[in-house]
Amino acid sequence: MSNAAVTAAASSRAAAAGKSALTRLGEAFVGRLVIIIPYLWLVFFFLIPFVIVFKISLSQTAIAIPPYTPVLGFGDGLSGFFAQLKQLSMDNYTWLTQDALYVNAYVTSVIVAAISTVLTLLVGYPIAYGMARAPATLRPILLMLVILPFWTSFLIRVYAWIGILKPEGLLNQLLLATGVISQPLIILNTYTAIFIGIVYSYLPFMVLPLYSALEKMDYSLIEAAKDLGCPPTSAFWKITFPLSLPGVIAGCLLVFIPAVGEFVIPDLLGGSQTLMIGKTLWNEFFANRDWPVSSAVAVILLLLLIVPIMLFQRAQARAQEQDR
Amino acid sequence: MNATWSRFNLTSIVLGFAFLYLPIVLLVVFSFNESKLVTVWGGFSTKWYVSLFHNQGLMDATWVTARVAVISATVATVLGTLAALTLTRYTRFKGRMLFSGMVFAPLVMPEVITGLSLLLLFVAVGLDRGFLTVTLAHITLTMCFVAVVVQSRLITFDRSLEEAAMDLGAPPVKTFFQITLPVIMPAIVSGWMLAFTLSLDDLVIASFTSGPGATTLPMKIYSQVRLGVTPEINAACTILIAVVAVGVIIASLANKRREVQRQRDEQAAQRG
Repeated sequence: MSNAAVTAAASSRAAAAGKSALTRLGEAFVGRLVIIIPYLWLVFFFLIPFVIVFKISLSQTAIAIPPYTPVLGFGDGLSGFFAQLKQLSMDNYTWLTQDALYVNAYVTSVIVAAISTVLTLLVGYPIAYGMARAPATLRPILLMLVILPFWTSFLIRVYAWIGILKPEGLLNQLLLATGVISQPLIILNTYTAIFIGIVYSYLPFMVLPLYSALEKMDYSLIEAAKDLGCPPTSAFWKITFPLSLPGVIAGCLLVFIPAVGEFVIPDLLGGSQTLMIGKTLWNEFFANRDWPVSSAVAVILLLLLIVPIMLFQRAQARAQEQDR
Repeated sequence: MNATWSRFNLTSIVLGFAFLYLPIVLLVVFSFNESKLVTVWGGFSTKWYVSLFHNQGLMDATWVTARVAVISATVATVLGTLAALTLTRYTRFKGRMLFSGMVFAPLVMPEVITGLSLLLLFVAVGLDRGFLTVTLAHITLTMCFVAVVVQSRLITFDRSLEEAAMDLGAPPVKTFFQITLPVIMPAIVSGWMLAFTLSLDDLVIASFTSGPGATTLPMKIYSQVRLGVTPEINAACTILIAVVAVGVIIASLANKRREVQRQRDEQAAQRG
């Protein structure tokens, strides 16, 4: 504690002795405000928008401003409001389930996100392990180096891969020059490019929770296992991996959930040949200007992700309890 | 630890960091390329940086982005700090589950959903899309990141310091500003930095919530990237990377100095 703080605290001692009921009431009010302000903000800007999305997903497209009908309102009194309510329908959802394009987009997105998550784990685990076992003086620098790319623009990092992956790009130039291949590889505008993009962009999200789980681990356990004659690989699977499981779960959820709805990566690296739901929603909204259908796409996407999101929150809450 | 494991560790770190940094390094290198072909080296040149500064559209977008980022990061830092205090200090109140849900969900929520839902809110309340709506959207997204950063510092905060101050008669509000705030300041600063860069980088939410006259830099870059890779975009990206890198390094150095100072104060207090 700084010296100034001690003096300040001491000087107000006298004042507190004669604290009136009114001041105490004021303090209770300030305490409430700490909760109320961010609470109301999130209710208004995070929760209510979802209710609106749900409502519009039940509406019909219209050539108007805003481009959907009905626009719920009390202009015609309460009966008018109820009449408008009756116009809501599940048509958009029926439409989504009947069109193979949407079903495919959802299924593909989940599969692509799942494969990318596993790949990110495979790439990220050795890095996090290496960092956790690095000399203690090096660790903060390594940690900084993992976080630094996260600070540079997502869009820029994805863009950088276009120049590397395209047919006349740097990777093909390198491989052709070294004679590894004789024909340029077609990577850009394929799912492979999407996998590379997701692994690259989300790698810090995987490495950080893995690192914090592995760093806390007591390595004398491994030494004990070794002394007792346990080979390194089975020591890894029996001790290290189970102990790092909270990090594995947190990392996988941090990659999987946003990856399912990813837009920038499939759009820039996947091209028109690949299908993912984030891109479908974007096109539905910006190209087709169909607000109700894009809302329905968003609602189903949210329903798909609700279980992983709740798992993520439980993992967060548990981690918080342990740190306390 | 045996030698093969440590060699394995070293290799994985080196390869991992090469993978993380090589694309960014190549992007920066090719922004100095004389040739218009981005992937063929034609000699060193800074001409793309010169032409960048004559690109009025890009300059306007930069100005809009900078203002949105500063305003939204500042408001988000205040709201996020309050949210972090709520999460760590008020463990029992009605709707706490909902509150922590609303703080953590935006961290992983696909941006297309957040963007669309905010846009529909703005339309429903009759707010014209533009500078204000992008700023509000960015505040909402980034305050949750600030909350997580500040919360992780508050969890490890030694509350006996606060108790001591209050035992000595300092009112809670004063205790907060004179004891708690200085200690969690480094986390608040990194929260602000994170909010600032997230706002600076965001394409998807800005595209949904922005309107005419409020085109942000990522929106501008995106629309040009779709037309093809150009050295001018590489140059713009390089400047953005440089700005963020310098900011992060300055902030972490400042944080480190503050931390050292704090430890010295604590030691002095214990001795005294």
